[in-house]
Amino acid sequence: MAEVKEKIIEIFFTLCGLMAVVVLVGIFSLLVKEGFPALKTIGFSGFFNGDLWRPDAFGKPTYGLWPAIEGTLVTTAIAMCISIPLGVGTSVYLAYLAGNRTREILKPVFELLASIPSVVIGFLGLVATGPLIAKLTGRSNGLNALNGGILLCLMSLPTIISVSEDALQALPRDFWRGSLALGATRFRTVMKVMIPAAKGGIFAAVMLGMGRAVGETMTVLMATGNVGSFPSGILSSVKTLTATIASELGEVPFGSEHYHALFVVGAALFIFTFIINLAGELVIGRKR
Amino acid sequence: MRVSKKQIVEEAYISIFRVCAFLVILIIAALIIHLIKNGIQVLSWDFVSKAPTEGMTAGGIFPALAGTTLVTLITGLVALPLGVGAAIYLTEYASDNFLTRLVRLSIRNLSGVPSVVYGLFGLALFVRGLHFKPGLLTAGLTLGLLILPWAITTAEQSIKAVPVSYREGALALGCTKWFVIRTVVLPPAMPGILTGLILGLARAAGETAPILFVGASFFIPQLPHSIFDQFMALPYHLYVLSTQHQDIQLVRPIAYGTALVLLMLIMFFSGGVIYLRARLRKKYQQW
Repeated sequence: MAEVKEKIIEIFFTLCGLMAVVVLVGIFSLLVKEGFPALKTIGFSGFFNGDLWRPDAFGKPTYGLWPAIEGTLVTTAIAMCISIPLGVGTSVYLAYLAGNRTREILKPVFELLASIPSVVIGFLGLVATGPLIAKLTGRSNGLNALNGGILLCLMSLPTIISVSEDALQALPRDFWRGSLALGATRFRTVMKVMIPAAKGGIFAAVMLGMGRAVGETMTVLMATGNVGSFPSGILSSVKTLTATIASELGEVPFGSEHYHALFVVGAALFIFTFIINLAGELVIGRKR
Repeated sequence: MRVSKKQIVEEAYISIFRVCAFLVILIIAALIIHLIKNGIQVLSWDFVSKAPTEGMTAGGIFPALAGTTLVTLITGLVALPLGVGAAIYLTEYASDNFLTRLVRLSIRNLSGVPSVVYGLFGLALFVRGLHFKPGLLTAGLTLGLLILPWAITTAEQSIKAVPVSYREGALALGCTKWFVIRTVVLPPAMPGILTGLILGLARAAGETAPILFVGASFFIPQLPHSIFDQFMALPYHLYVLSTQHQDIQLVRPIAYGTALVLLMLIMFFSGGVIYLRARLRKKYQQW
């Protein structure tokens, strides 16, 4: 009797563990299921060949995804240009240069940065960095891809700093001592020994940080101006994949073509971030 | 002491890394100071205890504060049992096989799924599929699933920190496995599990995108009466005040105040937890 009970309990906990698989598969299949009606009427070519996202055009709505994809790529690229050097540099400082006490104070501070809500960062883009960019560039409006990218960098920095610091800390201390003993300077040691040795972990850090930037919603929704045409440079207003969903789903009627089309956008976003994160995870997984 | 040119150049190069760390701190400080400077004048007891009045141009943010508190409680009630259950499976039952690797891979990938996609998922599953009304429960379930990977990972870490010898000792005395988990493994792991959960909840409380479609509402003058009612939430309130309101300049001070309250609330809980966790870590020496 007791054995049966133990077995039942084991099965119960196994089911709890399987929840994670069920949720992941459930998310993707629901996105596909809800997006399918739109794929049927609009077709793949409607989404991927069209250059215009105009679901509300009278009579002939178009659902081209490219402007939103480019919006996402431009803002993410700007964010990565800032956060990769800044994040990796900070992780080198934490791993090799900071004293123990400094590190113990700084690490929680970076963790706190990760818990600042994205809507607060977006709000700051609206009231602080946006107007600043407008003033510096002499434009009437600073809500553009550059503004979004700068703020997105804040969302990906905590991930990049913590994952790449872990990678640097995991290296044998002897690499550092050995290189110094051979007469290399600390800077040379970092650049030629430590960073190359940790390149897998740093790559993973960049990928995970990029995944966060691509999937971030409120920051770009509030800070990039949301004009859904092709970006013509980093100072033009853009509308990302995430912002398209967040700004339009609240207004569409349930079951309309537009409603289903937004799930196709969601599925595209899911696949993008899944590939980026998987690339990062596989590298980390191999190290384990 | 003679300093060679090489040493000066080296010092300059190595300072690049110091400057990076300093810049990051500077940015964080600038953001927080900007919010405090502009938000502090509207903060008052009335601001956090009264409802908005006159088309949200005056009054306080109490319904939003209450809504966020309630939805976060429900999120915790969803994420705690599921997270601990999955963590017990991973630490106590799972053998190193394909299934376990699949579960671990799924957990890591779930944590990378964009929050707005969880919003779509919540809408499709709970509202369209199960015919729940958008409201506190639906939003709580959606956010609960959002922080599930975080809840599992932190629970797993704190359960793992319980020494194996505890388990072996109890098993050797003839206890069943479930009895050991219940009475020997979980009690010492509980502080760690709860601090991890609170950190996850602090992040869930600041999320806006997932609750946009599953229950957060523009303006409701009274508090929700049941878990099926729609609610106001702090992050959504901030979004509405700063982008959707018809007189954005007029409500800007209130928006600053809302942002500051939201930030202080989250910083208070995550800061407290990060401090507690550092102390716990010293106690267990691993974690």
